[in-house]
Amino acid sequence: MSSRFINWFKFSSPATFYPLARKISVVSTVVAVVLIAIGLYMSFFVAPTDYKQGEGYRIIFVHVPASWMSMFIYLVMAGWAALGLVFNTRLSAMMAQALAPTGAMFAFLSLWTGSFWGKPMWGTWWVWDARITSELILLFLYLGYMALRSAIDDPRRGDRASAILLLVGVVNVPIIYYSVKWWNTLHQGSTIRMNQETTMEETMLLTMLIMTLGFWAYSIAVSMARVRAVILERERSANWVRELAEGRT
Amino acid sequence: MLEPLYWIIRRDLTIAMRRRSDVFTTLIFFVIVVSLFPLGIGPEPGTLRLIAPGIVWVGALLASMLALEQIFSADHRDGTLEQMLLTPQPVALLVAGKVLAHWLVSGVPLVIIAPLLGLQYDLSMDALQALVISLLLGTPTLSLIGAIGAALTLGLRSGGVLLALLVLPLYIPVLIFGAGAVEATVSGLGGQSHLSLLGAILVASLVLAPLATAAALRVAED
Repeated sequence: MSSRFINWFKFSSPATFYPLARKISVVSTVVAVVLIAIGLYMSFFVAPTDYKQGEGYRIIFVHVPASWMSMFIYLVMAGWAALGLVFNTRLSAMMAQALAPTGAMFAFLSLWTGSFWGKPMWGTWWVWDARITSELILLFLYLGYMALRSAIDDPRRGDRASAILLLVGVVNVPIIYYSVKWWNTLHQGSTIRMNQETTMEETMLLTMLIMTLGFWAYSIAVSMARVRAVILERERSANWVRELAEGRT
Repeated sequence: MLEPLYWIIRRDLTIAMRRRSDVFTTLIFFVIVVSLFPLGIGPEPGTLRLIAPGIVWVGALLASMLALEQIFSADHRDGTLEQMLLTPQPVALLVAGKVLAHWLVSGVPLVIIAPLLGLQYDLSMDALQALVISLLLGTPTLSLIGAIGAALTLGLRSGGVLLALLVLPLYIPVLIFGAGAVEATVSGLGGQSHLSLLGAILVASLVLAPLATAAALRVAED
């Protein structure tokens, strides 16, 4: 019983996690570079031209994985926040903190590519579509989290306050999504429907899958690199960090 | 069980009545913001009637958000809040009392003045009625959700702006259904379903928000 617990919590200490994070970061950087390279090649040269949307649709291979990642990362952050509140582990909060900028970046990327896609397809940069609006609100939630995080100087209070904010946010996300969706259908007899092509060509699906996995690897690589920086900054007075710094110089 | 609730509401109301200017500041802000829009958009009655629900609701949203900081800040500064957390009563109950008192002071006046502002926008009687009912159901939710943000940003630098950043995205469902209820009444669809949803959100946040606020207060006073 006890040995199982030791295995679980061994890496919840920043000192033991720090070297592991480096390994994970290096491996997933390689994976990310390879997968995204393959994915980009396939999305530009292999995937066939869409019969309705022409070449412009190719932005979907960045747009959709970015949207998925932005939503998924928020959930992961909330999961870390809950873990941190329950077990009072410092590393959980650091992980949430390290993930936030990546999630916000993906939310922004999804909006940006979406508007680049919208311009040639719908003739407008922005539509108050339910999904676009929810994505925008998700970006606001990310920004709120990061703002709260950076406004609190005391790291312990910052951890727990931002964890509560994340949990409140995650409860609200479905409510926001459905209210926006309903608002949208009531307001405009929406002429534009995104993603009507329920049947996708196989190579397209495969390309999107590869890109998604590549974005996953990228997120892991970046957040691990960032969590290392966070650990060093937070634990700067700990002995092992001092020894590390002395060993370097 | 409910006695501390009564006392905390009574206490907060007494304090608020002795600092009446705070109440009026929120109210006047609401009136001014709502009156600014016709000046920016133009006095065309048709346009104004169309945008009235949204304008009044956004005004109410901003006004109640501005008032949020007052929920805990004074008690935090003089240490009362810390003593409240030490009492044997459940913190969530005390929080609910404080939020209710805050709503009575800052939310109810908005609800009362809203029909007058609606008249400025030439809303019909039915629409005014829907506006009052939707605000009556919606503003307590705003106070409840806002209290979480107020507790999280308690005593921080730049607390006010930060509070807006945290709370406004969470207000979106209330805004949608609140303004939607009035709009549906205007267009003849009937705002019943919107009002039911507003009520549902109110009940859910009445249960959940005080718990989150209590947790946030514990963190802030730690």
